This record gives sequence, structure tokens and C-alpha cells, in this order.
Amino acid sequence: MLSTTANKEAVENFSEQLEVKGRSLWDDARRRFFNNRAALTSLVILGFITLFVFAGPMLSQFAFDEVDWGAMHAAPSVASGHFFGTDSLGRDLFVRTAMGGRISLMVGVMGALVAVLIGTLYGATAGFVGGRTDRVMMRTLEILYSFPFMFFVILLVTFFGRNILLIFIAIGAVSWLDMARIVRGQTLSIKGKEFVEAATVYGVSKWAMITRHIVPNVLGIVAVYATLLVPQMILFESFLSFLGLGVQEPMTSWGSLLNEGAQTMEIALWQLIVPAVFMVTTLFCFNFIGDGLRDALDPKDR
Amino acid sequence: MTVAEKELLLDVQDLKVHFQIKKENAWPWTKPANLKAVNGVDLQLYAGETLGVVGESGCGKSTLARAIIGLIKATDGNVLWLGQDLTELDDKALRATRSDIQMIFQDPLASLNPRMTIGDIIAEPLRTLRPDIPKQEVSDRVQAMMMKVGLLPNLVNRYPHEFSGGQCQRIGIARALILEPKLIICDEPVSALDVSIQAQVVNLLKQLQREMNLSLIFIAHDLSVVKHISDRVVVMYLGNAVEVGTADALFADPQHPYTQALMSAVPIPDPEVEKGKDIQLLEGELPSPINPPSGCVFRTRCPHADAVCAEQVPALSGSAEHQSACLRLDALQAG
Repeated sequence: MLSTTANKEAVENFSEQLEVKGRSLWDDARRRFFNNRAALTSLVILGFITLFVFAGPMLSQFAFDEVDWGAMHAAPSVASGHFFGTDSLGRDLFVRTAMGGRISLMVGVMGALVAVLIGTLYGATAGFVGGRTDRVMMRTLEILYSFPFMFFVILLVTFFGRNILLIFIAIGAVSWLDMARIVRGQTLSIKGKEFVEAATVYGVSKWAMITRHIVPNVLGIVAVYATLLVPQMILFESFLSFLGLGVQEPMTSWGSLLNEGAQTMEIALWQLIVPAVFMVTTLFCFNFIGDGLRDALDPKDR
Repeated sequence: MTVAEKELLLDVQDLKVHFQIKKENAWPWTKPANLKAVNGVDLQLYAGETLGVVGESGCGKSTLARAIIGLIKATDGNVLWLGQDLTELDDKALRATRSDIQMIFQDPLASLNPRMTIGDIIAEPLRTLRPDIPKQEVSDRVQAMMMKVGLLPNLVNRYPHEFSGGQCQRIGIARALILEPKLIICDEPVSALDVSIQAQVVNLLKQLQREMNLSLIFIAHDLSVVKHISDRVVVMYLGNAVEVGTADALFADPQHPYTQALMSAVPIPDPEVEKGKDIQLLEGELPSPINPPSGCVFRTRCPHADAVCAEQVPALSGSAEHQSACLRLDALQAG
């Protein structure tokens, strides 16, 4: 028979190997999300759209700014190589839709990213520190809110010319405001929880408190809001492009394609339909994903 | 061992915690109301002993605990920890004493960060206050501590929601103990648990107290639990300590009318005795701490109150083992 110490060691080794991997709330949420058919389908479709947007131009013999003199307002056809037809200048719509998609998706994702980064930290800091800091930070936010956004964009564009970077800056500047408010509210409710008090008792610093205890607990809501923000940003960019404040020709975005398509819809409907289908599908997908995320991250809400 | 021979750890002197309450639609120049949550409490805690704090909801027990540990700023008074006044120290200086005083909370699940694993939760105090300890040693200590509080060490990677209330409270205890503190403040640690688990947790605390030579401040409204665990007991009413004494003396001979009423309300697990028991019901509600009664705060509900009680504020008096704050104590004991 084994001696007691050897026995003990064997048991300890065994229990160490047995170390169970816990299932975090994120794991649970992922499982619930993948059980949501609408969200999963949307994710797959969105994957295909992204793939098309980035790989599409390579599949076509035309460049996005190349004018095909023999095919202006040409209808979609596989034989000519213009799968989605051409626009009024004879540029291939298949490639242009893909290029425009890049810009639109990028604007959407960037806007959401800026909102998540700045908004979360700003809101969490204001909510957690509280008191006078909170008041000053929130009043600053309100001043930014009251700033007429269109006016701001027009000013930027007239001073610096039409540039896609300016659109990013403009969208980034406004997108985080709502997020900061949402996160601040959530932070206020988490701040009162006992685990925050416990962390105060053993002297966790303010910064560690925000990044380790507050932010991970608001990320659920942030993730949901960010996915719902992406379509908002895409629409926003389209709106700017529609007004002619968006991207610079010959570069394009779904918004400016829609703009051109709308002008020629009576003679060449595909110029409106093609970008519209892509944009609407993308918006639907993002909304369904946002919905799915919300259900997955907050099961009590259903 | 008499009280005088023990080392005095914590000396709370005339501690006051007042909150400024602003009415919702008040004018900016109206003075905020002053809510006196804790209004002049004196406490002494000696090494290795357990001090029970009892009282009904809203009497300031939790506020007292939070003021001692510094979660709430005290309005007035001193909290002397080994002779050093904690209320005077700034955040940086407080860090040094943090590892001496730790706390266990009422809601076991809410006191654990839902996004962190158990191992990370228990290790966090060590990582925060002793960053010099190598990783391997931290994880060894965490595992040892988990064994000590009756958790399997292979559960380190689990998350709080995967545990029961009793287990969560054990995790909370492990987190409080990992710094090897001298004092643990237990803020109603068993109120959220069912009775059989309560017993387990209370006995675990007692056992750990013996092993690690801990002092405990044990807040509860369950008198039987307090009687079981405490060496000395403080009875609080509306922010004031009305009676202090060793558990034996206080439970055998409650002097203050409020303590007597509290004791008589404890159900006795014997239907025959319970039927014949004379429960001393207190009239009315707990008065508002914004506007406490003059003189003795208990006089509005006290069956023995007379005109003097409205004028004079009673002080704690009596022997070292047993003190109570009642103006009519002599008359009551005589009658």
C-alpha cells in the first residue's frame, strides 16, 4: 500500500489535471447567439458581402474608374463581363459596388470603433469618478451634442476639400456621444454593486477599477449598441454622399452610387437596384446581429 | 482572561456618519436635510475576539461597518486602528492598513465580479497590494486558501454564476482572508443564505478565526447567530449604541428596554414554550433618522419612558462587562 504522503500527492496531481474549465458568461452568450437562426444567417450573409467587397474587384477585368466607351448604361450581362451593368459613364457597376462597399463598411466599422473606444472610456470614467468630474464631463458632452452636425461637416468640407478622411473624423466626432451616455448610466448602476465595494476595500486603483471591473461588465450593452451603430453610420455616410458631401469621384460609396442611380432610374433601373440591394441587406444583417447579440448577452431581457 | 489583558485593535470613538439629503424639487438655496445614520458610537475591539452588532433594519449597522473600513467617510469622530486614526489617512496611507482589515458582504453573488474567474477574484487582493509576489506563489496561495474555506482547488477557472450562494460566500471569505488580515468585518454575511448553509458558514468563520487568530465584527439581525459566534455584543438603535456587553451577560440579563423587546421577539423552537411566551411588542415605527427624537432616541417607543427621557441624552454606563444607555435603568431594576 502507498504511504499517506504519496497518496496525497497522487490525489493532488489528479485533481490538478482535472482543473475544470469554467464556462464564462461570454461562452454562454456565444452559445445562445449561435442558436439564434436570424442572427446566424445574417452573420453568414454579412460574411459573404464582406468577401465580395474585398475580393470582388479581382474577379472582374475592369477597374473601378475605367470607362468602357462601348458600354454606357449597359444592362447587366455575363457575356460582356459587366455582371451588374455599367453606369452612365460606362464604368463597371460590379466593381464599383464592391469599391463603394469598402468605403461604406469602413465608415460604419470605424464609426462604431471610435464610439466604443472613446465612448466607453469617457462614460465609464465620468460615471465612476462621479461628483464634479462627472458633471463637467457630461456638460461638455451636452455642448458637443448641441453642435449642429451638418454645419460642422459642411465647414470641414469647404475648408479642407472633399476627403474621405474628413468623413471619418466627422462621424467619429459624433458617434461616441450616445455611447458615452449609455455607458455612464450603466457604470452608475454597477458602481453600487458590492464587488466594486469589495475591490475598494483591498485598494484597487481607479484605473484598474474602471478597466477590470466596470468596463467588462458594460461590454455587453456596448457590443449590442455598437452593432446597431454600424448601420446608422453607413446610412449617415450615404446621406452625406447623397448630398454631395461624401467621397471624392471617381471613388465611390453605396450612398453616392444610390445618388447616381436615383438620377437615372427611369432609363437604367439596375444602377439604383444593385447598390440598394447591397445596402439594405447589409443594414438588415447588422440589425439582426445586434438583436441577436442583445438576446444572447442579456437573457433576462427576453 | 479579562478584557484589560487583551490587545486593543480597534477603538472607535464617537463615530458619526451623517448624510446630506437634498430633496428632489428643492430650491438651490434650501439647506439639505441631515440624515444621522450613525450618531456617536463608541466601540472597542480586542485581538482575537468577535464583536456582534445587532439591531433592526435601518439602525446604521452597515453604515457603521462601512465607516470603519473607509467605504463611507465619517462625518466626525475617530477610528483608531492600533492607535492610528484611519479617518485622517489619505488613500495612499490607507493602502498599508488595507491588508489588515477586510470585509465580507451580505449578497454573496453580487460581491463577486461576474466576468472574473474564481481564481482571479481570490487572487486580486494579493495582486493589488503585493505585486511583488511571483505568479506561481499567488496561485499556490489561492489554492491553499480555497482548500481552507472548503472549496475544491480545481474550481479556479469557474465563474461566480456557476456556484451556489453558500459557495459564493466561501469565495468571498477566501478573498478576504488571502491577505491574512487581523480583522474581518462581516456585514450580514449569512442573511442571504438558508439556515443549514448559515450554520456551515458561521462555523467556518469560527474555525478560521481560531486557526488564523482573527478578530471579527459580525453584523446581523439574527440574534441566535450573533449569540452563537460573538464574545461581545453591541445593540444598536437609530444610529446609537444602546447596550454593550459580553454575549453571556447581555443575553442572560438584557437591561435596555429595546434589547429586552428584541430578545422577546426571538422565536423559541418549542411550541409549548412559544405559546406561553409574553412577546413585548414595540409600538410604532422606527423614527426617521433625519429627525430623531430628542433626548433618548428610543423614548417614542419605550414602554417605560417619562418626561426626563425627552430632555437628557443617556450615556452608556455600567460595569466593563455590561453597559447600557438608559436613564431609567435604576428605576426599572428596582421595580
